[in-house]
Amino acid sequence: MTPSLQAYVMLSAALFAVGFLGVLVRRNTLVIYMCLELMLVAATLGLVAFSRFNGTEDGDVFVFFILTVAAAEVAVGLAIIVALFRARQTIQVDRLDSLKR
Amino acid sequence: MEQIAFTCLSVFTLGCALGVVFGKNAVNGAMCLLLCLAGIAGLFVQLHAYLLAFILVWIYAGAVVALFLFIIMLLDMKGGQAWRFRGIQTFAGLVTGALLIAGLNLLAARGQVPSGPPVGHGVGSSLKLYAYQLFTTYLLPVEVMGFLLLIAMLGVIVLSRRIPGEEQAR
Repeated sequence: MTPSLQAYVMLSAALFAVGFLGVLVRRNTLVIYMCLELMLVAATLGLVAFSRFNGTEDGDVFVFFILTVAAAEVAVGLAIIVALFRARQTIQVDRLDSLKR
Repeated sequence: MEQIAFTCLSVFTLGCALGVVFGKNAVNGAMCLLLCLAGIAGLFVQLHAYLLAFILVWIYAGAVVALFLFIIMLLDMKGGQAWRFRGIQTFAGLVTGALLIAGLNLLAARGQVPSGPPVGHGVGSSLKLYAYQLFTTYLLPVEVMGFLLLIAMLGVIVLSRRIPGEEQAR
């Protein structure tokens, strides 16, 4: 017996929720970024599941593009974090609050 | 059999995802992310998306996690608390997560979504069909994606240069 589409969608949503919780509660910018990646991958899992259960190719192709964008995004994001660390000597989100004042 | 594999993989993936969120050390978090991605690649294989599973392991587990580990190594991250359980934010996160799961569950249960078994033989497994799609229907997105990668590369080069006057500004 194969798992249903509902099971895949539930798993994808649960992964997304876990990533979202991480973004909210963690204080380290790098870990927040990892949780963002987790949310992105959870979304791709949903796309692949829908694509498979509908018998279409489009979801799979879309995941291909998401993975490409994610690779570019990680490179730029980590460069920004390094630049931030060089300028402020910290990457704890609580101490990066210049815009608050 | 497939159901058992799915259950094992999903429990493994969720456990590793929780490890990313609640791991105290950033390196442990990156390792948990790696295992989580491996679990998701296994789920992709179950969904007959072999090419995507391969790309996921290749790009994410190979390049992205390695980059994360490199940056963790580069930056000194001692001091400060790992978590910040400010009441309202954690509450908002939990409520949003619960609502998301409930809504998607409702959609999958009652919406116009096929509830039957998978259709066909897993179209994602055919590399030829995949490439045909990429270079006919999705040719423009492929071009745009190439351009985006070029822009990202230039952006990283610009960002990693030392800005003149940075030392004085500090």
